[in-house]
Amino acid sequence: MKKLTFKSENIAKLYNRRVILDKISFSLSEGTAFAITGKNGSGKSTLVKILCGVLSPTRGTVEFSVSGTVVPYPDYYPHIGLVSPYLNMYEEFTAEENLAFIAKVRGLGAGWNDRRDMLLKEFGIYDHRKKEARYYSSGMKQRLKYCAALLHEPSLLVLDEPSSNLDRYGIDAVQKFMELQKKSGILMFATNDAEDLQFADTIYNIEDVKQGSR
Amino acid sequence: MIALTSYHIFVKEFVSEFRTRYALNALLMFVVTTLSIILFSIGQESPSSDVLSGTLWIVIFFSAMSGLSRTFVAEEERGTSLTLRLLVNANAVYIGKLLYNFALILVLSLIIAVAYLLFINEFGVKTYEIFWLTILLGSAGLASASTILAAIIAKANTKGTLFPVLAFPILLPLLLTCINATKLATEGAFLAEAMQEFQILISFTVVMIATSFLVFDFVWKD
Repeated sequence: MKKLTFKSENIAKLYNRRVILDKISFSLSEGTAFAITGKNGSGKSTLVKILCGVLSPTRGTVEFSVSGTVVPYPDYYPHIGLVSPYLNMYEEFTAEENLAFIAKVRGLGAGWNDRRDMLLKEFGIYDHRKKEARYYSSGMKQRLKYCAALLHEPSLLVLDEPSSNLDRYGIDAVQKFMELQKKSGILMFATNDAEDLQFADTIYNIEDVKQGSR
Repeated sequence: MIALTSYHIFVKEFVSEFRTRYALNALLMFVVTTLSIILFSIGQESPSSDVLSGTLWIVIFFSAMSGLSRTFVAEEERGTSLTLRLLVNANAVYIGKLLYNFALILVLSLIIAVAYLLFINEFGVKTYEIFWLTILLGSAGLASASTILAAIIAKANTKGTLFPVLAFPILLPLLLTCINATKLATEGAFLAEAMQEFQILISFTVVMIATSFLVFDFVWKD
């Protein structure tokens, strides 16, 4: 079994001299679920972007290791699955086409078709797989994002507002995969939802860190 | 792996364009409009081939500016740029988008060139090798510069106006060389006489692509 660790050290982000994040440090190992909380505008989504490597921090480092070896940016993208409100699928493509494009550019080997079908069924959009995403409701789009994020069986699953736009069926499907991720890798999520927070082993409140650093 | 990924991005761009018609419709309408204006303004006059060579590249330049930025602007506007950033190496994105822009501008330039030859009687090309090679190399140069500029302006608030303004000083040497080469084609020069122009066009494209490779990762990430 590969040993995964994820470390954030002294991350800070400034926009036009305004401090959004400061002194964000934590360390995670395989089999953990880590929740980030904080009021609206506290910088949860900014932190998620930095942790996923799509936004550079002003200061600090993010380190992802597999079996003791540090995976440098951008090589850790194949290990990450991200679901967030600001990450969209191609609306002019069907669910099948979106997932096929993702599988191809990720260079997934044989068997991704079976996993794609399994995920589409689990998230209840299999019957709509040939419909262009522009005709999906917001909840269906959110489900498709989960299929895309889980297609390559990521070691690190990052969820920003995991249950937003979802009905009970969708929330149950998400929670099932959150449980699975806790066992097989690292789960990180940003939320203020009490039901989602029950899945966390550690809850990290950005507001507390900000107050502590003042 | 990068080559294969770039190819998938290139194919994605084409399928996406044919379904949404983000750039294609705007480009074709621009070509029709500008050519009509040139035809009306010429009227019964007989402008020199120097003037007509210049207007040909003005049409190509502004048509390209109205459409080529869409590759990155559309990704930003639809919120898919983050998706792409998480999926693919930045270099593969750049190559895929560059190839797509090159294909688009080449087709566009060919349409403009053919329409120009058909409808503007005063524009007579005597050395077709020089003319078509200029169209090919000029398109490559336009694509190489506009791809990185599109990536930069996609992050700005005033996307539409910023693109031609930023592109003009960078593309000026390319446009002047293309106009010179087109003049040579209309004057009936031998292919060897246009070699200096071709060398400039190739050098421009190589320098732009090399520079873009160096800065693209930074532009794409932040």
